[in-house]
Amino acid sequence: MSLRIVVCVKYVPDATGDRHFADDLTVDRDDVDGLLSELDEYAVEQALQIADEADDAEITVLTVGPEDAKDALRKALSMGADKAIHVEDDDLHGTDVMGTSLVLAKAIEKAGYDLVITGMASTDAAMGVLPAILAERLGVPQVTLLSEVKVEDGTVTGRRDGDSASEQLEASLPALVSVTDQSGEARYPSFKGIMAAKKKPVEAWDLSDLDLEAEEVGLEGAWTAVDSATKRPERTAGTIVKDEGEGGKQLAEFLAGQKFI
Amino acid sequence: MAEVLVYVDHVDGAVRKPTLELLTLARRVGEPVAVALGAGAEATAAVLAEHGAVKVLTADAPEFTEYLVVPKVDALQAAYDAVSPVAVLVPSSAEGKEIAARLAVRIGSGIITDATDLEAGDEGPVATQAVFAASFTTKSRVSKGTPVITVKPNSAPVEAAPAAGAVEALAVTFGALATGTKVTSRTPRESTGRPELTEAAIVVSGGRGVNGAENFHIIEDLADSLGAAVGASRAAVDAGWYPHSNQVGQTGKSVSPQLYIASGISGAIQHRAGMQTSKTIVAVNKDAEAPIFDLVDYGVVGDLFEVVPQLTGEIKARKG
Ligand SMILES: Cc1cc2nc3c(=O)[nH]c(=O)nc-3n(C[C@H](O)[C@H](O)[C@H](O)COP(=O)(O)OP(=O)(O)OC[C@H]3O[C@@H](n4cnc5c(N)ncnc54)[C@H](O)[C@@H]3O)c2cc1C
Ligand SMILES: Cc1cc2nc3c(=O)[nH]c(=O)nc-3n(C[C@H](O)[C@H](O)[C@H](O)COP(=O)(O)OP(=O)(O)OC[C@H]3O[C@@H](n4cnc5c(N)ncnc54)[C@H](O)[C@@H]3O)c2cc1C
Repeated sequence: MSLRIVVCVKYVPDATGDRHFADDLTVDRDDVDGLLSELDEYAVEQALQIADEADDAEITVLTVGPEDAKDALRKALSMGADKAIHVEDDDLHGTDVMGTSLVLAKAIEKAGYDLVITGMASTDAAMGVLPAILAERLGVPQVTLLSEVKVEDGTVTGRRDGDSASEQLEASLPALVSVTDQSGEARYPSFKGIMAAKKKPVEAWDLSDLDLEAEEVGLEGAWTAVDSATKRPERTAGTIVKDEGEGGKQLAEFLAGQKFI
Repeated sequence: MAEVLVYVDHVDGAVRKPTLELLTLARRVGEPVAVALGAGAEATAAVLAEHGAVKVLTADAPEFTEYLVVPKVDALQAAYDAVSPVAVLVPSSAEGKEIAARLAVRIGSGIITDATDLEAGDEGPVATQAVFAASFTTKSRVSKGTPVITVKPNSAPVEAAPAAGAVEALAVTFGALATGTKVTSRTPRESTGRPELTEAAIVVSGGRGVNGAENFHIIEDLADSLGAAVGASRAAVDAGWYPHSNQVGQTGKSVSPQLYIASGISGAIQHRAGMQTSKTIVAVNKDAEAPIFDLVDYGVVGDLFEVVPQLTGEIKARKG
């Protein structure tokens, strides 16, 4: 029996670029290059490893995002995923986490799945809550923040390294898994992979394909509202000294002046 | 007065500091009603009352430890149904965020995560967030449903504000999803005796420049002289020099201490994402061009193997 894996991947503005907000206080996606959120590469990697272990598996990568978000899908396909779904609709502009999760849940149900894999957090908003929300919406076990994951005989097991303890988790499929950057280095696409990705199918769905109304998503439909976004003032230049043998003592003097000692 | 639900983070009845900070913020919006779950829940009441909780709802059941997250969501939802609060506040730990998020879905509300401040507004609580590696500050609201907001540690002062803190048992019925993810084993993290990284007033971090696990004692000695927590960059963690639980940054812990001291850390954007909101930032780095120097209040261009031990010695001498 085939194992159907859906991997959610996000297209995000490059963190090393000059990220900022547009006039409507949504993220300006035109000014900064986008890419597949680096933390989602770990999700694709784990999907590939799980598929390798299974007799028969199919990996679908799914994104909700604008036209350019296809780049994120192509990257995932070139790593080795089998097919892709791109949910794109002008009415999605400004969707918050509740709306995004609604769209993803509808798309995942339509695609059919045994296992959903996500990253631990996006590298832009970095909320880190979408996986739990998705599990709640889909009504399947959440097996989140795994640094190790295994799927065998319809059961997913994994290790979650929390603040106070490391836990071993277990759930039956269908289930939702999120993986951390400790789960294992993601592979680079090979030349062959990049060429093969060009021929792999990318399905395009819009809101009507998912029986969703415009009012349920987008800026107007959002559950949250951003009232202001201000650039943090540049730090006033600090004092920088070169160590000429007294650097540690000078630093102690500074800390004492600030009442830290 | 309107009630605000505050989810309590505690270890066997010992309430962690971020929860007391939440009580300070909750009082700006309404009357705090605390929800404490698991072993020792009732023992939290005294300190919660001391910091403003008018009521403490408690529940304990094996489900809270035997299964992941969802049983706690069921309990928080029971508290929500019992109280009808104007807002729900939860500490921004990994688990706290997941609990808050699932509750928000169930009650049809929006969620804001990692708030660094909270104030009352005409249209409900207004949350401050530090986004894009803290290069922007946003003010946001939940516009649908009852605001569910998770708050980062060190976002508010802990203030005494004695209140009744009457303990009430919370009746919880676990739903079908509660037993979905079984916790088959748990290995507690060994205590180092140092403050909790996210809560500490001072954090001392080491990076690739520390050049080996055997050298990390230099960082630890400085931390101990200041009563600080120890942090590490991902480069140091990936090299196996320090545990991942001490990593500061985007995929590690986000810290906001009064003082952050970075040694042998270049200041990559993903590291900055986890420490840029620190009040005072100090760096020791032998490369004058390292980006970390753009952030510092005080920087020493020099070899950490010289500068840090000298600093530690000087602090010890001054403290007598
Ligand atoms: C700076 C900033 C702050 C924001 N603050 C809030 C807020 O407080 N409340 C709110 O409701 N919304 C907020 N948003 C919007 C929210 O980030 C988006 O709606 C987003 O799609 C979901 O959140 P996330 O990316 O943080 O997800 P996370 O929970 O961090 O992402 C985890 C995983 O979910 C998957 N995923 C996330 N988005 C997609 C996608 N579009 N397509 C496919 N997979 C995806 C990926 O696998 C990812 O690794 C904010 C956005 C920005 C840029
Ligand atoms: C998706 C993603 C997530 C990430 N998450 C994190 C994260 O959570 N946290 C994190 O830290 N990084 C994270 N990173 C990695 C990050 O990009 C950097 O690689 C990392 O922060 C570098 O660590 P470093 O500063 O210790 O090492 P380097 O960048 O190599 O810097 C070492 C510094 O030490 C200095 N130095 C060397 N020797 C000495 C000496 N004897 N005395 C004084 N100074 C010396 C050097 O001049 C240099 O500036 C992430 C990356 C990605 C892609």
